[in-house]
Amino acid sequence: MTKPESEWTWKELTVGNVVLEPGNASQYRTGDWKTLKPVLNKELCVHCGLCYIYCPDMAYNLSEENYFIADLSIARVVAFVQRNVPPGPSPWYWRRRNNG
Amino acid sequence: MGKRVGMEVSIAAAEAVKQGNVDVVSAYPITPQTHIVEHLSEIVANGELDAEFFCVESEHSALSVCVGAAATGARTFTCTSSQGLALMSEITYIVSGLRLPIVMIVANRTLSAPLSIWNDHSDAMMIRDCGWIQYFVENGQEVYDHVFISYRTAENREVLFPAIINMDGFTLSHVIEPIEMIEQEKIDQFLPVYQPLHRLHPDHPVTMGAFALPSIFAETKKAQEVALRSSMPKILEVWKAFGDMTGRYYRPIETYQAEDADTLLVTMGSFGETASVAVDQMRAAGRSVGLMKIRLWRPFPFDDLKKVALRAKQLVVIDRAMSVGACGPVASEVKAALYGSDQRPSVYNFVAGISGRDVAPPDFIKMVDKAEIEIGEGNKEGYELYGVRE
Repeated sequence: MTKPESEWTWKELTVGNVVLEPGNASQYRTGDWKTLKPVLNKELCVHCGLCYIYCPDMAYNLSEENYFIADLSIARVVAFVQRNVPPGPSPWYWRRRNNG
Repeated sequence: MGKRVGMEVSIAAAEAVKQGNVDVVSAYPITPQTHIVEHLSEIVANGELDAEFFCVESEHSALSVCVGAAATGARTFTCTSSQGLALMSEITYIVSGLRLPIVMIVANRTLSAPLSIWNDHSDAMMIRDCGWIQYFVENGQEVYDHVFISYRTAENREVLFPAIINMDGFTLSHVIEPIEMIEQEKIDQFLPVYQPLHRLHPDHPVTMGAFALPSIFAETKKAQEVALRSSMPKILEVWKAFGDMTGRYYRPIETYQAEDADTLLVTMGSFGETASVAVDQMRAAGRSVGLMKIRLWRPFPFDDLKKVALRAKQLVVIDRAMSVGACGPVASEVKAALYGSDQRPSVYNFVAGISGRDVAPPDFIKMVDKAEIEIGEGNKEGYELYGVRE
């Protein structure tokens, strides 16, 4: 088990900063530097699942209402914002990220 | 004592890489390149060295292949010069950040423009801050010796840094010198098989070259900085062990006739041998002049330099590269080393011999003359490009 990167001291780092624990990327929140965040308009969502399928990081979880909810610390969602998805307009739009 | 053989220094360097039992050689074969990899490709093709020889499409790729090979635990080698090093420069920082003990010989040559192929240190100074151990050598024997020294130092678990052996292009790389070859049994004893600390292997997956956020980047650099500075005792230890084996002892700062000298010439690279002839001539004329040679450029030997320099009244630092808009890079370091001392000598800085222009013993004497006059007249921090036609 690893710890948040802000808690590591220089003395604790491995030589060459080799990551010895495979797959620990899932424990780090690496995508929190967005200035715009994608927001899902549930009225337009047709539950096609394309956002889930296309996301290279598999960063979506299916909610109880059958919406694909993005983990925005990982997901980019860029491919679907303001672009049409079958069969109509994109349910994703940008919102300026002021407080989370 | 090993057999003394007359051979081109580049060929001797290639023979050293062979004797060092390197696993992977990767190089771009065309200009700017030396006979080192040309001869190595023959050695590998002839089956004299069991290694992979990668003939790649650029120096950027040459060092990138070395990164991949070293990451799997292979002993790797490459070499280049001038524009080739410039193309490689992006990867040099990655190698040291990943702490891969790659060894590279740089036959120091001029960076364009104007287009030039001759010798100076502008290529070495371009990557001065890349985080490798950086040696400067003075003659062919030192090139040959430092291949073994570099691998043993670089691969030490307490070091794990890449190393550059800087040798003056043409002045050393293309001349024939007597080289004392070391017996293979001695080399095998001096340079055991490389045992990597971490390596890419399917049975033990690791990640190398991971992303670092601002919240941890400075910690990684602090670790790298402390590790490179802390490698000094190991560098000295390997030089001592090599000296015990061959009788040739190397030091970060070496001197000639420096003990009681009022004026010290300060040089790096092959300038040292020529300057020592000039020192002999000036000593014969009754002048109090000595020579200080910087062998280890990184980590910079501040303490060793101070021990010698603070005994002198004035230093004449001769750079073979420019930092356009500032003074010579060696002079910058020397001045920084001395700044904290109350009784520090004056430092007069010349840039000489750029793009392979000859600097003969009389030129060193002229520079000492000029510096002593200028300092005598109160110009204690002079800087000039030597020998430029007005």
